Amino acid sequence: MKTLDRKLWRDLWHMKGQVFAITLVIMSGVATFVMFITTMDSLEYTRTKFYRDYNFADAFVHLRRAPESLIEKIKDIEGIRQAETRVVAQVKLDISGFNEPVNARVISIPDGGTPLLNGIYIRRGSLPDPAKDNEVVISENFAQAHNLNIGDQFAAIISGKWKKMTICGIALSPEFVLMMKPEAMSPDFKRYGVLWMNRKALSEAYDMDGAFNSVVLTLQPQARLSDVLRAIDNVVGKYGGFGAYGRKDQISHRLLSEEFKQLKTSSKIFPSIFIFVSAFLLNVVMSRTINTQREQIAALKAFGFGNYDIGVHYAKLVVLIITAGLISGIGCGIWFGHILGDIYMAVYRFPYLVYILKPWVIIAAVFVSVFSALAGTLHTLWRAAKQPPAEAMRPEPPAQFRVSLIEKIGLGRKITQPSKIIMRNIERKPIRTLLSIIGISLACGTMIASGFFKDAVDYMIKVQFVLSQKEDMSVSFFDLTSRRAIYELQQIDGVQYVETYRIVPVKFINGHRSYKTVIKGMDPDSRLQFLLDTNLNRVTLPSSGLMLTDHLAKILKVRPGDKLTIEVLEGSRATREVTVVALVKQYLGVTGYMDLSSLNRLMKTGDSVSGAYLVTDKNKQEKLFLDFIKTPRVSGTVVRANEITNFYEIQAKGMLFFTFIATLMACFISFGVVYNNARIAFSERSRELSSLRVLGYTRGEISYILLGELALITFIAIPVGFVLGYWLCAYLAYALASDLFRVPLTISSKTFSMAALVVLVSASVSGLIVRHKLDHLDLVEVLKTRE
Amino acid sequence: MTKKKTRAEDAAKIVFHVEDLTKTYQMGEVQVHALRGANMELYEGEMVVLLGPSGSGKSTLLNILGGLDTATSGLVVYRDKNLTKANEQELTEYRRFHVGFVFQFYNLISSLTARENVAVVTEISKNPMSPDDALELVGLTERMDHFPAQLSGGEQQRVAIARAISKNPQVLLCDEPTGALDSETGIVVLEALERINRELGTATAIITHNVDIAGMSDRVIHLSNGVISEVSINKTKKSPGELHW
Repeated sequence: MKTLDRKLWRDLWHMKGQVFAITLVIMSGVATFVMFITTMDSLEYTRTKFYRDYNFADAFVHLRRAPESLIEKIKDIEGIRQAETRVVAQVKLDISGFNEPVNARVISIPDGGTPLLNGIYIRRGSLPDPAKDNEVVISENFAQAHNLNIGDQFAAIISGKWKKMTICGIALSPEFVLMMKPEAMSPDFKRYGVLWMNRKALSEAYDMDGAFNSVVLTLQPQARLSDVLRAIDNVVGKYGGFGAYGRKDQISHRLLSEEFKQLKTSSKIFPSIFIFVSAFLLNVVMSRTINTQREQIAALKAFGFGNYDIGVHYAKLVVLIITAGLISGIGCGIWFGHILGDIYMAVYRFPYLVYILKPWVIIAAVFVSVFSALAGTLHTLWRAAKQPPAEAMRPEPPAQFRVSLIEKIGLGRKITQPSKIIMRNIERKPIRTLLSIIGISLACGTMIASGFFKDAVDYMIKVQFVLSQKEDMSVSFFDLTSRRAIYELQQIDGVQYVETYRIVPVKFINGHRSYKTVIKGMDPDSRLQFLLDTNLNRVTLPSSGLMLTDHLAKILKVRPGDKLTIEVLEGSRATREVTVVALVKQYLGVTGYMDLSSLNRLMKTGDSVSGAYLVTDKNKQEKLFLDFIKTPRVSGTVVRANEITNFYEIQAKGMLFFTFIATLMACFISFGVVYNNARIAFSERSRELSSLRVLGYTRGEISYILLGELALITFIAIPVGFVLGYWLCAYLAYALASDLFRVPLTISSKTFSMAALVVLVSASVSGLIVRHKLDHLDLVEVLKTRE
Repeated sequence: MTKKKTRAEDAAKIVFHVEDLTKTYQMGEVQVHALRGANMELYEGEMVVLLGPSGSGKSTLLNILGGLDTATSGLVVYRDKNLTKANEQELTEYRRFHVGFVFQFYNLISSLTARENVAVVTEISKNPMSPDDALELVGLTERMDHFPAQLSGGEQQRVAIARAISKNPQVLLCDEPTGALDSETGIVVLEALERINRELGTATAIITHNVDIAGMSDRVIHLSNGVISEVSINKTKKSPGELHW
């Protein structure tokens, strides 16, 4: 077998062009597969490890104020393993050099020690000195966003009191892996941060001496969460409890889970598409490649090699061909996985990312590739091997042809012989033609599915931040405020128009289904905030009743006309019934909407608002920020333009990276398929084309026969690819819908054109390569050889 | 004297003039001298058999005559055209309008019927006969609409001949036209070639290593080791029907 092995390497060298194209296809499939799955595995593992190592709580409850002694009662509740009280304060920060209001959540830690639950990972510096009351630990992405370091100072306005703080440490916490203001659409690391202070210092500043307003707990393994939560609510109810909740409703965890769910879906769909597309192509390409070796197989048999030997020989060839693709694919996949992991780490704050490459990922990639390649090979090999060697070595009988359909229906009269050759070739092997078309259209469709994400993000932003919102900025108040605040705001120099809103944190309940979110009370004649239906038409807010985001209605299984129970998660924690009157199409978030007056009536709180939307004088924005920093009532501001930037920079970054990779891989696949198609067609047809050259046909004329067929197949494949791409996108949009966002099924003409362009460019480049080969056909050789 | 006079008379009727033709191939590290200074002429209307064992250079000579290959040195003149100096485009044109080729393995386009295989050439020629006439000349009128897969080897080769002569070429070059056929079928093919030569007066050169075929030619050119070793004139031409091997 030694000489045969040498033949193997030479065959491989001889086929280098095709091997390269096949390598590209496998590499792309495997790299995408490995990238997605390892990123997902790594993030999940890292989260689990971080939660475990830093004792992330199972349940949480916030209340107005309770004496420290109450903790004993809480600890007595059956099912609770550990409980720890804390003081949590919402504060405003004044950071020199950043002239916008910044919000922060300050959390107490035991004096001189680490918390029992929700431990903090100190990246740099140290915990606050118990002897000093002005030291804080700050969250890492906040520190990075403002370029803050150990020893830097800033001011915090706690309960209206201005206090200078010194940074002693920079930290991460399992409670704030993904940090986002509850009502925001996307994270904003510049305008929202988390601080940790010693309990004593914070309690003094926040008037919480001997008291607490937050409890975190872990449960006994067999405890039932809902029972425990109910028991806690009973204990803390009269201390102004806002409703205990489990991890699943904790904001960082919930967002993370949603993101992971989405990522997990993409990490199932995308690699599946890629690996199966490449497997399919591999199968087709391999069977055609082996087919060109028909005569060699016969010769080997004539020398006395058995079918088994020949099978092993070709299996080796196939495995060698795909080995390069597998190795580079796994390598690239790991590399991309690290990049993607790093991108996610900029949003999800874990102390470290443990890169996980599970053996099954590699085994699966290898198995799928090898299996599909061998499957394509075996069939062809078997066909070649079952022929008696003499028969295979005799000139192959001319292939069976028929008059093509187009000619039969009478269109063939004026067709030249070369065009007839093209048509009959296409018609004679309908399955092969179909496979070629499917191959190219899959490549085209994959390109569309990859480009689709960018379109979807752009569209979401257009709908959410451009068509639905018109304000320049919004301000939020610390506490419920009278609607008269509107007049105060209007007095401020630089404010041109004011509209108020109210946010009520609620739990929607329909039978056993429930969902924690907010109801937004809006001015029904709002000029700044619009609710849109699927066709982007404005929906008028009814004067009574509730409107829901369509996705929320789906979660709760309610339809317009149904009644829904609302548990208010603030103030008196009342429970109300309200009728769902209409649904509204929204791609981001899940919210309920009501007429502001109607909401206030329902809450029985008089004319209250929790914030306002403003139209401002652009030139006076800086001044307005300074005004708002000084206004005690205003807790924060959100500038709409910043939300758009944040969305792109933070939320969409990971998505856009994998879109980029997927597009790149799809380009490779596209080129690999088209080139192989052309290259194999060339091998199969070179004899016929050389004969025509001998008969006096020019290079251009014979190129027409081969390239015309490829062009025809490509032109048919592109629209088919559009349809396949659309289906893929529809499936992705359906599968990726989450509470965070629903992917709109919108594909821009740019994406379609790009996909078509990539296919056409691949086809042209392949065509040029084949044309080059056609120009160098050895005409003498053709007279000697049969096939 | 008389011989010289005949030459002078025929000078105007020379189709090919070959002088000191050499051809060297580089086969890996080995130089192969396929032709080492061949001299010959082909006259209008004659049928010549190029006879020689394999490796004698006969295929190389035919390929150069047919414009498929270029010589290393020497001269090949077709009519008044110097083929040794022709570029790729001129060679294509030369093959397109002047030479008919018949291959050992027919080289038909399997996706075209017999008639269309002929049409593939007539479509690009200047003054062709109709494909039907060409096929009639080789006795295939009945089978014109058959695809190659539906034809026997001999029939396929006759289609190839019809295809070669349909452009009304000045010269017909045949490379082992009966090489892949049994003798009975081979004779039918040779009869077709003989008829073309007789009725159309197309100068015909047939390569073969089959000595018996030489009997039907006007002249036999023997090749060995890259040179023309002997040229013999057949005083009594046999008809293909009289041949057997």
